[in-house]
Amino acid sequence: MNLATDYLGLKLRTPFVVGASPFCENTAVARQLQDAGAGALVMRSLFEEQIDAEARALVHHIETPADSHSEASSYFPQFSEYLLSPERYLGQLADLKRELTIPVIASLNGTRPGGWTDYARRFEAAGADAVELNLYQLVTDGAIPADQVEADMVETVRQVVRAVTVPVAVKISPFHTSPAQFVRALETAGAKGVVLFNRFYQPDFNIEELVVSPQLALSDRSELLLRLRWLAIISPQLRGSLAATGGVHTTTDVVKALLAGAHTVQLVSVLLRHGPRFLTTLVNGLQDWLREHEYDSLDQLRGAMSHRRCPDPAAFERANYIRILQTWHV
Amino acid sequence: MSSPTSPQSRYITCDANEAVASVAFRLNELIAIYPITPSSAMAESCDEWMAQGQKNLWGQVPRVVQLQSEGGVAGAVHGGLLGGALTTTFTASQGLLLMIPNLYKIAGELLPFTCHVSARALAAQGLSIFGDHQDVMACRATGAALLCSNSGQEAHDLALVAHVASYRSRVPFIHFFDGFRTSHEVSKLALLADDDLRAVIDEGDIAAFRARGMTPDRPTLRGTAQNPDVYFQGREAVNPFYTRLPQVVQETMDRFARVTGRVYKLFDYYGHPEADRVLIAMGSSSETIAETVAWANARGEKTGVIAVRLFLPFHLPAFLAALPRTVQSIGVLDRTKEPGSIGEPLYLNVLGALAEGRHALAGSPRVVGGRYGLGSKEFTPGMVRAVFANLAAAAPRNHFTIGITDDVGGTSLPWDLEFDLEAADVRRCVFVGLGADGTVGANKNSIKIIGEQTDNFAQGYFVYDSKKSGSMTTSHLRFGPRPVRAPYLIRHADFVACSQFSFIGRTDVLGFAAPGATVLVNSPYDAATTWSKLPREWQETLIAKKLKLYVIDATQVAQASGMGRRTNTVLQTCFFALSGVLPKDEAINQIKKAIAKTYGRKGEQVVKMNYAAVDAALAALHEVVYPATPAASAVVSVPPSFSHAPEFVQKVTARLLANEGDLMPVSAMPLDGCWPTGTARFEKRNIALEIPVWDASICIQCNKCALVCPHAAIRPKFYAESELAGAPEGFQSTAFRAKEFPNHRYTLQVAPEDCTGCSICVQVCPAKDKSNPRHKAIDMAAQAPLLEKERANWDFFMKLPDPDRARLDASTVKGTQFMTPLIEFSGACAGCGETPYLKLLTQLVGDRLIIANATGCSSIYGGNLPTTPYCSNRDGRGPTWANSLFEDNAEFGYGLHLAAEQRSRTAREILQRMAPELPAALVAGLLAGGKGDEAAVAAQRERVKALKAALAGSKHLDAARLLTLADELVTKSVWIIGGDGWAYDIGFGGLDHVLASGANVKVLVLDTEVYSNTGGQSSKSTPLSAVAKFAAGGKSVAKKDLGLMAMQYGHVYVARIAFGAKDSQTVTALREAEAHDGPALIIAYSHCIAHGFPLHLGLEQQKLAVDSGYWPLFRYDPKLAAAGEVALKLDSAPPKIDLARFTANETRFGILQNVAPVRAAELAGQAQAYVRRHYSLYQQLAAPAAPAPAPASENRSTAPAS
Repeated sequence: MNLATDYLGLKLRTPFVVGASPFCENTAVARQLQDAGAGALVMRSLFEEQIDAEARALVHHIETPADSHSEASSYFPQFSEYLLSPERYLGQLADLKRELTIPVIASLNGTRPGGWTDYARRFEAAGADAVELNLYQLVTDGAIPADQVEADMVETVRQVVRAVTVPVAVKISPFHTSPAQFVRALETAGAKGVVLFNRFYQPDFNIEELVVSPQLALSDRSELLLRLRWLAIISPQLRGSLAATGGVHTTTDVVKALLAGAHTVQLVSVLLRHGPRFLTTLVNGLQDWLREHEYDSLDQLRGAMSHRRCPDPAAFERANYIRILQTWHV
Repeated sequence: MSSPTSPQSRYITCDANEAVASVAFRLNELIAIYPITPSSAMAESCDEWMAQGQKNLWGQVPRVVQLQSEGGVAGAVHGGLLGGALTTTFTASQGLLLMIPNLYKIAGELLPFTCHVSARALAAQGLSIFGDHQDVMACRATGAALLCSNSGQEAHDLALVAHVASYRSRVPFIHFFDGFRTSHEVSKLALLADDDLRAVIDEGDIAAFRARGMTPDRPTLRGTAQNPDVYFQGREAVNPFYTRLPQVVQETMDRFARVTGRVYKLFDYYGHPEADRVLIAMGSSSETIAETVAWANARGEKTGVIAVRLFLPFHLPAFLAALPRTVQSIGVLDRTKEPGSIGEPLYLNVLGALAEGRHALAGSPRVVGGRYGLGSKEFTPGMVRAVFANLAAAAPRNHFTIGITDDVGGTSLPWDLEFDLEAADVRRCVFVGLGADGTVGANKNSIKIIGEQTDNFAQGYFVYDSKKSGSMTTSHLRFGPRPVRAPYLIRHADFVACSQFSFIGRTDVLGFAAPGATVLVNSPYDAATTWSKLPREWQETLIAKKLKLYVIDATQVAQASGMGRRTNTVLQTCFFALSGVLPKDEAINQIKKAIAKTYGRKGEQVVKMNYAAVDAALAALHEVVYPATPAASAVVSVPPSFSHAPEFVQKVTARLLANEGDLMPVSAMPLDGCWPTGTARFEKRNIALEIPVWDASICIQCNKCALVCPHAAIRPKFYAESELAGAPEGFQSTAFRAKEFPNHRYTLQVAPEDCTGCSICVQVCPAKDKSNPRHKAIDMAAQAPLLEKERANWDFFMKLPDPDRARLDASTVKGTQFMTPLIEFSGACAGCGETPYLKLLTQLVGDRLIIANATGCSSIYGGNLPTTPYCSNRDGRGPTWANSLFEDNAEFGYGLHLAAEQRSRTAREILQRMAPELPAALVAGLLAGGKGDEAAVAAQRERVKALKAALAGSKHLDAARLLTLADELVTKSVWIIGGDGWAYDIGFGGLDHVLASGANVKVLVLDTEVYSNTGGQSSKSTPLSAVAKFAAGGKSVAKKDLGLMAMQYGHVYVARIAFGAKDSQTVTALREAEAHDGPALIIAYSHCIAHGFPLHLGLEQQKLAVDSGYWPLFRYDPKLAAAGEVALKLDSAPPKIDLARFTANETRFGILQNVAPVRAAELAGQAQAYVRRHYSLYQQLAAPAAPAPAPASENRSTAPAS
């Protein structure tokens, strides 16, 4: 069965997109993923904050101890050329483009207004087929209102969209008061698609040492439910593409995400757990399911369980919550 | 110079080391290297150029190889030359001495080669890293030609001349120039392009050399053993080559002159054509003399100087030709010392030349010789005037010294300290800065801008103090329309800058300022407040000298720009704005261009930060308009008082600390290089901006902070409550948590003036406020407001009685930290990973400790004047310490051990002879005791005391001798200490031998995995995948497992420790090593500034090193093997994290990703695999032995039939 999918205006041969992850750092592995059926690849995010920190640390650790003692004017060899993260990233992007036939999407988390657009331009110049903006901000300052944060995010998207000709997707967090409105604002700003949802390092506590220890575990299937709800709610309200990321581990999960309205599913944890070849299993699984359930195309399936089309839209709303509790009481 | 040649630019600014390396690199195929100050930079440049794929004149990338010592280098050079490879090397001082045996061979075999030497003093009564000619003069008899360069330009030029003349003559050359003064002076010089080199070199000579290379295709034999019948004749056979050599050199110089326009002679004469007084000298001093000669002749005198270039072979005709016939008095200046000789070598050569050449002279000039400039002692125009004045005297003093006051031998000439002859059109600038604030780097940058972007010539020379933490730097910069020939420090600057307000009142910054000079101060105050904060003597000097004072809060500007405490860019911008060396806008443009060039490849944000600092600098710069008289309220600086210090400290150390060392007379010096210990405590450096503050209510009294403190600046003590009488107000104490010490108090006290502020103590502190865990039992707080109070507290704390050692549990970290540390307040880096081990060692056995210390970081912070950190306990006992050399430390320590053993044996033998006269129980106790735990040592000391009392009244002939030896009945502990450069490389042969000897010596290797002291060069301890100097592409082989090598002997106690990962194992290992009746080897992980991460995280890195399996902890105890048990105990668990968790935090590993990502990934993979494999090997060695296999016959009988 033809699994071809339109995502951000790109023609993908399958809806399986390898999400932002270290997979793409190894061109051979990326090729395996392509061979296994990936429709596109998203490179890991380039974090502008990290780039700056890396450059400053490099200069700091090399220069601070230098020229301080008669016997040692420095402690490291001098190099005429340094390849910092952006250069390495762009180099890898170019390698992937050279090696692969499927689209390659570059991902970015910026900090400065100019940084987002600078790097997005460089991604485009290096051959990226699309840019995914990893748009998150952990606001800890109680004086900053939410609408200002969201307005800034939308403005960032608008600027990046203006700066490049390739399509721009935006990966958002689930922590918005009105996600559907925010996604529509992103679309208005020019985003061609939205990726639901980002997953974060979460601070855990070591109660013996009284220290915070950030954790990032691989996703599990329970996380899919949050995505399904918002895919289902948002998909009828959006003209652009939707991608589900987080908690897609089985063929059933893939089908659910598509039913909720996703154009693509992004896979990371499941591939880290089972290896790149597992992608073939999922591709075959989806084809088998569609065949068994006599679907003719993905379009026929996509959004069938969205908020607009599902038999019980209230199930996505607050009533659902009450009913579950009542059931438990019984 | 980013590459050895740069055809685009005719002029470059660099130091002589780089200028020489650029020629040597291009003219050779094989470069054998080993680090030694001040030559290391030549080797480093070549290694970097090789890594970059730069090519020599014949289109090949030269092979740069590191050896294990200079002895090894010389061997490799000899082999390379015999094999027909164009070969060179660089060295200095002791390194050159190690090459001497092979220099004889190389010369004897007529192998052309040039060894470039940044000439340096030799270790005699003390080590000196600084410049003189003792090293090259020690090579006079080897047969190598000695060619001297006097400046950076000459070093660049004569490097070429040396190589070419060597190929032509077949005689090896030592090409030398003054260490530091020339090797490290940055100046503008004309670059020799590749075509220049080609035009001077003779390819025919090269081809002939290559054709002589050893090959089985043309078999030959060298190195025969010769009998009396032929050896002598063979030795004389080379004479024609030496006879011809001066002519070859001059011809080469002449060819060079035709190509470049720069003319050199074997002996160059400068001065009056009819001079009556002539000085003869070699090296940078010739420049000073020539300038002074020009000054004097302009005033009607008739003086001159002969700059000697080719010292050996000493060419009589050329020398006589250079000497004016009118000369009546000749002064010969030697920058070396040959005790007992009639005179130093240049003097003797001149005398000989005049004797042999008297027929060519009109008269018979008077000749006197003198010494100057040893160990980089300044040599100034004032001194030149003094030497000329001596020549003019009716009876000139011969064998004089100049530059010191010799009140013992009476050799010294007086000189005018204030005499100066700086040209009016030369700008002179002095910058006083802190090592870490980037002042020197900025000045090097400014010199480049001025030297390469203007028609001006530039000179920069940089002086550092001897500390590795909080070091002060002084930059001396001159700019002028002509090449600057002033190889001495600036005394009267027209621009002076001070980058640290804390230096004011402590350092005589204004002493550098000429009248009317501009002074720039980085001040945390505004202009008006700054004036009121200046001490009275500053205000008086500013007014008296009519100085223009400008201030800027550069620290604030730097921080606001994201530069932290790096004030360099800010102050550099102000310098250009105030000095007027360049038009302001052009200067800013050039600074920004330089920033883009320097940082462009290291990240845009870094460039932007620097740009922001430049842009913000001038707006924050303000002139201080000050009154005509000092403010009535101005504070008078009080110089530190040493009234409570020992006499030596008052008379000597105090003056060294006051920067008056140059004024100290010979009589003040210890005769034999033996200096008192325990003087660091009198040097109150006050370098910490923040110090730890103790909260007694949270503290759990674990004493870990004291263990990890690199400078012994935070200490615990417990004491009877009654001792608190008279405590200063605010002195903190709390109940001591120990049942066996009821009614005792506990105090954790910081030495506020000795702490370096590294905060490693806060990092290790496990005690947190349960409601606010951000607050710990110790937190860092600003030092200044606490200083007075904590100084009083520290003084009181130190007077509190020390706990009885015999009652302390030395097996625990807590117990050891109540023992008095006997190394304190060293100049080691803030956060140093080595010194905590040494401190712990002195706490455990310091009162009977003999240390043999290899040259390196530990000998520098352990024994670099002006102060000494090793100290004594209240009984006057403490470590006795000596550094012999780098390469011989194990053997040296072995000798110390044998001597200690001999003293002890003698004492015991005399005691046995005298036994009938002494109480039997006392003698028996003395003979049986002497070693063991603290209680046993204390008991033995009591017996020794009783013995001395008994001997006092004895008339036995041996009594007096035994009295002097009685203390030897307490066993001494000899520890051989050094870094990995010593243990793994240069000293490995000796170390191996001493361990194999079975002698009861202990070895502590402070393993930083690089040559830290000389700037982070690779050693055989450097791990796979790490980048270091000499391993710029990442180390491609794994670290040598020194522990495993020692274990294979079976009788050596071996431990690998890391105090930051498992401090209890560190304590146990040191104690077991000490108790082991035989040799012990401890390999101690030492985080280091050369690893490239913030050292306050050193303990965290040590944990990661152990948890990743990178640094397995173990102890190998031979006595367990003797008992039939497994001797090796692994003290750390199998790797539980990936190696990358450890390596990702350190620049030494991470930087390779930035320069060669593919290789970085490949090496990282290999390194991870190695770590797993290596740990597995240890696991096998630590596993209980499998039952011995059954005899073969039994096997056969039980085997199934086949």
